[in-house]
Amino acid sequence: MRSINLLAGGEPLNPLIPHTAELIVGAIAFTLLFLVLRKAVVPKFEKAFTDRTEAIQGGLERAEKAQEEAQRALVQYNEQLSSAQGEASRLREEARVQGAAIIEELRTKAQEEAARITAAAHASIEAERQQAVTSLRNEVGALAVELASKIVGEALADQARQSRIVDRFIEDLEKSK
Amino acid sequence: MRAFVNLYAAGDGFVPPSTNDFNLPPLTESIPWLTKPVLLVFLSVILVSVFFILSARKAAVVPSKLQFAGESIYAFVRNDLARDVIGHEFMRFVPYLFTLFTFVLTNNIFGIVPFLQFPAMSHVAFPYVLALFSFGVFHYVGIRKKGLGSYLKEIAFMPGVPKPVYILLTPIEIATFFLVRPLTLSLRLFANMFAGHLLLLVFIMGGDYMLHDSHLIMKLFSPFSFAFGIALTFFEFMVQCLQAYIFTLLTALYIAGALADEH
Repeated sequence: MRSINLLAGGEPLNPLIPHTAELIVGAIAFTLLFLVLRKAVVPKFEKAFTDRTEAIQGGLERAEKAQEEAQRALVQYNEQLSSAQGEASRLREEARVQGAAIIEELRTKAQEEAARITAAAHASIEAERQQAVTSLRNEVGALAVELASKIVGEALADQARQSRIVDRFIEDLEKSK
Repeated sequence: MRAFVNLYAAGDGFVPPSTNDFNLPPLTESIPWLTKPVLLVFLSVILVSVFFILSARKAAVVPSKLQFAGESIYAFVRNDLARDVIGHEFMRFVPYLFTLFTFVLTNNIFGIVPFLQFPAMSHVAFPYVLALFSFGVFHYVGIRKKGLGSYLKEIAFMPGVPKPVYILLTPIEIATFFLVRPLTLSLRLFANMFAGHLLLLVFIMGGDYMLHDSHLIMKLFSPFSFAFGIALTFFEFMVQCLQAYIFTLLTALYIAGALADEH
């Protein structure tokens, strides 16, 4: 080792022999830089890297979560849609059945009504006929009695007379009708 | 060499740059140790500190341009050097490797920065100190990890080797770990910076000399010398970066080797 003072002129110095001062300066300078970088730079950069990694991971997780949620919503909507479709077809079916039932019921009612009307008509016709038969029977009896009395009263003289009586009777009958 | 120089000096000819060009006088006579390389080394500490403190100050998730620049260098050392070489324990060594890389790189690049134009690492004291630190670090972690005895035993008697081979292998291994590694580490860096600076001196000073020569032909050839000097400057930049990288990479490799369970 040599001192720097010896440099000026003379023999060329061996470049492989270090200056003592420079050894000390190099050690101090390097140590200084090491302490500064270790204290103030490395932790900061590491923090930035960690934060960045976390930010990216957090973003990815958030995106994943959002996707899951969307997937869930889609499934739910699909379920709702299919259940709504089922409900609609069920309602349609029900309405069809109900409509058919109503038509059937109305038809039955109409038939019943028709039958009822027909029966009533039949009954009323029968009653009138009955009434006519009854009144006819009464009248025929009276008429027969009247005619017989007339015939008996006229002294059954001649044929012509008898026939006149009968004719008159019939005429009367016709007139009274 | 000396005779050669003297020959030209006597004839007022070209004096090629020599190792004496690296012995710069102190800036002031009153402080004999304050030479240009010493100043440059301190300047590098200030520049690197200020740059990285400013760059890392905010530590934002979305980095500014400055933060991105600092971060890129840091991430390069952290991921490509420390993590890839050392493995899962790498984080302990990142501050050291990061300091090593930035310190060596800055001082190397001073060699081509206008007005500074001197690579501090061409003064062998600085590479010696750095190699000594790296030497201390990798032996220290090895001893801490395995204990002094088994660490030394592992170096001297590499496991899985037939016994007679130790006669040859043990001296080689001991020399490798305790002599060759620190020496090559420091001398590689020193020699590259030294030779690079010398080359630049040769072509720039040569160009200057030819320009001032009385012969016209010499003047005509002078630009070629300068042009070659400029081309070499670019080449030097590459070498400067490469040497900083190699120094850091080798330190990381030595640390990884000291930490490894088996050879």
